Amino acid sequence: MTATAVPTTAPLTHRRPRGGPARAPIAERVLVTAGLVALTLVTAFPVLVIALAAFSPQTEVNHWPPRLIPSHLTLDNFAGLLARLPVVQQSWNSLVFAGAVTLCSLALNTLAAYALARMDFRGRGVLLTVLIATMMVPFQALLLPIYQMTSALGWVNTFAGLVVPRAADVAGIFLLRQFMVTLPRDLDSAARIDGAGEFRIFWSIILPNTRPALLTMALFTFVGNWNDLLWPLIMTSDSQVRPLTAGLALVTGSATATAPYGVMMAGALIAVLPLVILYLVVQRRFVEGVAMTGMKG
Amino acid sequence: MTTTTSGRHYRPPAPLGGRRPEPRRAELRRADARRVGKAYAFLGPALLVIVAFVFLPAIQALVTSFTDASGFGEPAWIGVQNYVDALTSPSVLRALLNTVLYAAMYAPGVILVGLCAALLLNREDIPFRGFFRTAIFLPFVISMAVASIAWSFLLDPNLGLVTYWLSLIGVHVGNIFGTATTALPAVTAVAVWKNFGYFMVIFLAGLQSVPRHLYEAARLDGAGRWRTFLAVTLPGLRSTMTFVVILALIGAFQAFDQIYIMTQGGPDHATETLVYRIYTDGFRDFKLGFASALSYLLLIITLVLGLIQLRINSRHEEELE
Repeated sequence: MTATAVPTTAPLTHRRPRGGPARAPIAERVLVTAGLVALTLVTAFPVLVIALAAFSPQTEVNHWPPRLIPSHLTLDNFAGLLARLPVVQQSWNSLVFAGAVTLCSLALNTLAAYALARMDFRGRGVLLTVLIATMMVPFQALLLPIYQMTSALGWVNTFAGLVVPRAADVAGIFLLRQFMVTLPRDLDSAARIDGAGEFRIFWSIILPNTRPALLTMALFTFVGNWNDLLWPLIMTSDSQVRPLTAGLALVTGSATATAPYGVMMAGALIAVLPLVILYLVVQRRFVEGVAMTGMKG
Repeated sequence: MTTTTSGRHYRPPAPLGGRRPEPRRAELRRADARRVGKAYAFLGPALLVIVAFVFLPAIQALVTSFTDASGFGEPAWIGVQNYVDALTSPSVLRALLNTVLYAAMYAPGVILVGLCAALLLNREDIPFRGFFRTAIFLPFVISMAVASIAWSFLLDPNLGLVTYWLSLIGVHVGNIFGTATTALPAVTAVAVWKNFGYFMVIFLAGLQSVPRHLYEAARLDGAGRWRTFLAVTLPGLRSTMTFVVILALIGAFQAFDQIYIMTQGGPDHATETLVYRIYTDGFRDFKLGFASALSYLLLIITLVLGLIQLRINSRHEEELE
């Protein structure tokens, strides 16, 4: 037998014929897969429980020993939720709040990031340093004065109050800037020689090339604000303006007004469903986005 | 779009090398000013928001922290009294200790579980990798509020499914969120559940950057799994690790949502954290001066952590050079 005819090592090391990566022994692969299945169960199980309990009859949710699968499905919990909470209104509020913050920061952050990444001007270095320092200031530490300012402006219980303080953020600016910095210089120098103005270069050359970073920032901003609790909790006292996360927390969080679990799960399901669907549709962008922020520090 | 000529002037300063006659100084200065003006036209709107809602509040919080502001009447200047009160108040120290304990459980929790998950997932010889990654990252898009609601249900002492299943194997958790000794670890565990997938993804990115040839070399040297992990993988993850540790600690010091929903700081202040105190002192008890001092404590802790990270990063870069 000649060496060229058959790769003699193939059957011995379980290497795939087309030269794929070396495979570990089957036992190890089974163990690793089992570990991953366990982790998946841990992360997915509570979500499954929310979904099942939301459609379970009240008596079965409040039953010992508890059971996972309901005997039949019902919408009673959603009716109970509607009676306690203006769910439709508050879901809409969440959408407006998170959507408006996202649109504003898309506009403001990209403009600022463009100047910091692609324009040369005196004082840029100092400005960058100041902004990096700003990034470390936790929002929670500024809650009180921001609340006082917005309330002085008469913005409590308004969307302006919820949105304007978050219309731009340094972390978002930096995410976009780091991306824009890596775009090649040649990209805009040709346009410059042709006499294109700064805004035109920004709009028709840099922006289209920044799309992955824009999408990442938009997703993170949207999810972060949709899910935020503390800020909407203090900025709204009127349940007609309050976003859903804060509304739910007030129904469930305060020990005085505890809703039945089935009702809470119905609310939880409504709060997570839009994001879970969004995530499943564009999950690659989420994952790559985290990796992106992770790499940049 | 209309600035045809000035657009041409604006160019990163290239070395002129005396090819052109030296422009007049005043002209240069004017070009400089024009450039600054144009840049700030782009920066303006964002900077306005950042100045109004980060800089000014930061100054205002600092000023308020030196007063006895309470929302009623004219606040009086009381110097560092709020800070002295905060750092000598047993209940604030308790909250600080709780926050540190929370961080001391949370950071190792998300990092260890996240790293293990990343190591399991970072191999090409297992099926359904995309599915596993998607599922394990899923809690990232679920709000801490909803996660807290779900886990209060699952661990309810009387109705919880997990409570029941644990009791079947002889583990009686009792009222886990209502018992002083278990409440803080339980609250931390929920946060770890929600966030470890996020850390897994950061580790996965870090693992990609460990040079392949080092693994080859380790294999040729006959190094075992564990040895390879210690000698190649961990050192290769060093800068990722710094980032992740600081990220986890900063996040831990901001814990609020899960505590607000699951325990309201109880039982017996066992889960009161710094941000929870800022919330209750500031927005429930209107002790604005005192809560501002607490805010500054949080700000200082976060800044110190951030500076440590910058320091370590720059040292890494020096070593790499």
